Amino acid sequence: MTGTAPAVQTERLTRSFRGRRKEHAVTALDGVDLRVERGECFGLLGPNGAGKTTLIKILTTLLLPTTGTARVAGFDVATEPLQVRRRINMVSGGDSSGYGILTVRETLHLFARLYGVPGPEARRRADELLEITRLAEKADTRLSSLSTGMKQKLNFARGFMSDPEIIFLDEPTLGLDVEASRDVRAFAAGWVREREARSILLTTHYMVEADELCGRVAIIDRGKILALDTPRALKRMVSSEPVFELSIGTGGGTWDGLREVRGVRSLSHHAHPATGAIQLKVAVDEDQVIGEVLGRLRDLGTPVLHLAKSEPTLETVFVQLVGRGLDDDAVAGTDGAPG
Amino acid sequence: MNGWRERLRMNLGAIGARARVRVVASWRERSWIVGETIFPFLAMSAFVLVYRGLKAPRIYEAFVVLGGAMIAYWNNILWSMASQFFWEKEQGQLQLYLITPISRMAILLGMALGGIAMTTSRAVVILTGGILVFGIPFPWDRALPAFGLFLLTLGAVYSLGMILSSLFLMWGREAWYTATLFQEPIHLASGFYFPVRALGTVAASLASILPIAVGLDGIRQVLYGEAAHGFLPLRWIPVVLVALLALFLFLAHRSLAFMENMGKREGRLTLRGD
Repeated sequence: MTGTAPAVQTERLTRSFRGRRKEHAVTALDGVDLRVERGECFGLLGPNGAGKTTLIKILTTLLLPTTGTARVAGFDVATEPLQVRRRINMVSGGDSSGYGILTVRETLHLFARLYGVPGPEARRRADELLEITRLAEKADTRLSSLSTGMKQKLNFARGFMSDPEIIFLDEPTLGLDVEASRDVRAFAAGWVREREARSILLTTHYMVEADELCGRVAIIDRGKILALDTPRALKRMVSSEPVFELSIGTGGGTWDGLREVRGVRSLSHHAHPATGAIQLKVAVDEDQVIGEVLGRLRDLGTPVLHLAKSEPTLETVFVQLVGRGLDDDAVAGTDGAPG
Repeated sequence: MNGWRERLRMNLGAIGARARVRVVASWRERSWIVGETIFPFLAMSAFVLVYRGLKAPRIYEAFVVLGGAMIAYWNNILWSMASQFFWEKEQGQLQLYLITPISRMAILLGMALGGIAMTTSRAVVILTGGILVFGIPFPWDRALPAFGLFLLTLGAVYSLGMILSSLFLMWGREAWYTATLFQEPIHLASGFYFPVRALGTVAASLASILPIAVGLDGIRQVLYGEAAHGFLPLRWIPVVLVALLALFLFLAHRSLAFMENMGKREGRLTLRGD
């Protein structure tokens, strides 16, 4: 079907992997209901082993669901894979595509032909994408001579060569340097904004990436969607107490006594690696309490170098929902899931 | 109708694009010219010199040259085509092919055509070298029917390669070890360096499921008649090759679809986990 169907729709989608023994079976996705609209950049946040890549593999027809249904552009991934494949593409971060013996431009042309893109159009798109990914100067360089970051940027460009209706970006900036990541994010944001009814499903464990790019974000862990909303609404969900970040000089007395200030709920600290200044994170009952804290520091003769109130981030939301940080290890037992 | 035409156009484009990778690769890799042409010629020369040392009839030297040329195609389907999906999977690239809307057969056909172009240069060096260096007899007036049989043989051999490719797709390393294990027995059974009839009726009959053995037997018979010591009657050989070609193509199509489906069920088409 159809240009009006949702980009992605799953109903009670479950995927299990058999283990050597029955008790070793792993449920990578557990009854996932998801709807991604046309023209939307949708983020899927979760730690390793959460089920993100399994979901992407099902949606890109590389894996069959165990139960439930998944439709992409209105087509069932299990029974109409060809229709799905005509409309999608995928970029897996950390991977490179193509053959070392081919040049950058030849690689893009190869993958364009696999989607039936005519030669002149393939050349036009290749030129545009090479410009955007800052690979134009390397267009005639063999892949074997490219750096890892350049290969990843090429892989990213490859994904857009077919001008898909829906693109799946699986950790697209994994391993890229800051500048390249910014380029990639800017391009993805522009692509979905400027082209009608194009959609992105992005998996990432970089909170900033999801926050910056995605209109809506789902937080997934152990195969279940725990929360789904706009980043703003998700942050509002977190009824956290005000948190202030202070940078203080090393002079003066000990600041341990700050914990005893009435209204201080918690206090953590670490030394700034470059300046040696102490960074304090102080959670308080209400904003006014920070005045007490500053007064106590003044009494101690400790200079306050910087003060800022920290807003809740997606990370805060994530930690509250999942009970651990994104970079923490996956739960034992799901590591071995092949999906 | 338009959809059908569009799919055909897309698949033909993909065949050309994938074949081009092979051709470009072979011409850009200078070491390939030595490794794939000069060295095999030396290996073939060793067998010619053995026959010459034994004072065998000159026709045996021609057997060796033809076998040396054909062995290149067998090695190509085994190591460069059948195993290709396995290597693509190891490099994390197979998924990029599998999510495209083109037929898996088109990808393999592209690899096959590129491989044929690349391997033909090796075969030509061996054949030309055999004629010029060792002066083997080559009846040019029978070259055309021999070439026709050669094309039929290639069709059947590469169709078998597509079946093997689906096995490699699922059982990667195990299939690799098995192929290595059977390499020499298949070289023997195919009669690359001697007439397959020398194996005896039972072994030669079993070898006839290998299109390369049937084709080589036929090409030798076309070129050298009775002196070729053929096993199957020559008039049967095109029929057998066409039957093998049709059977292998059908099985390859089914096998690729089956293996892909099994891979999707078991999660064995890609490496990266979540």
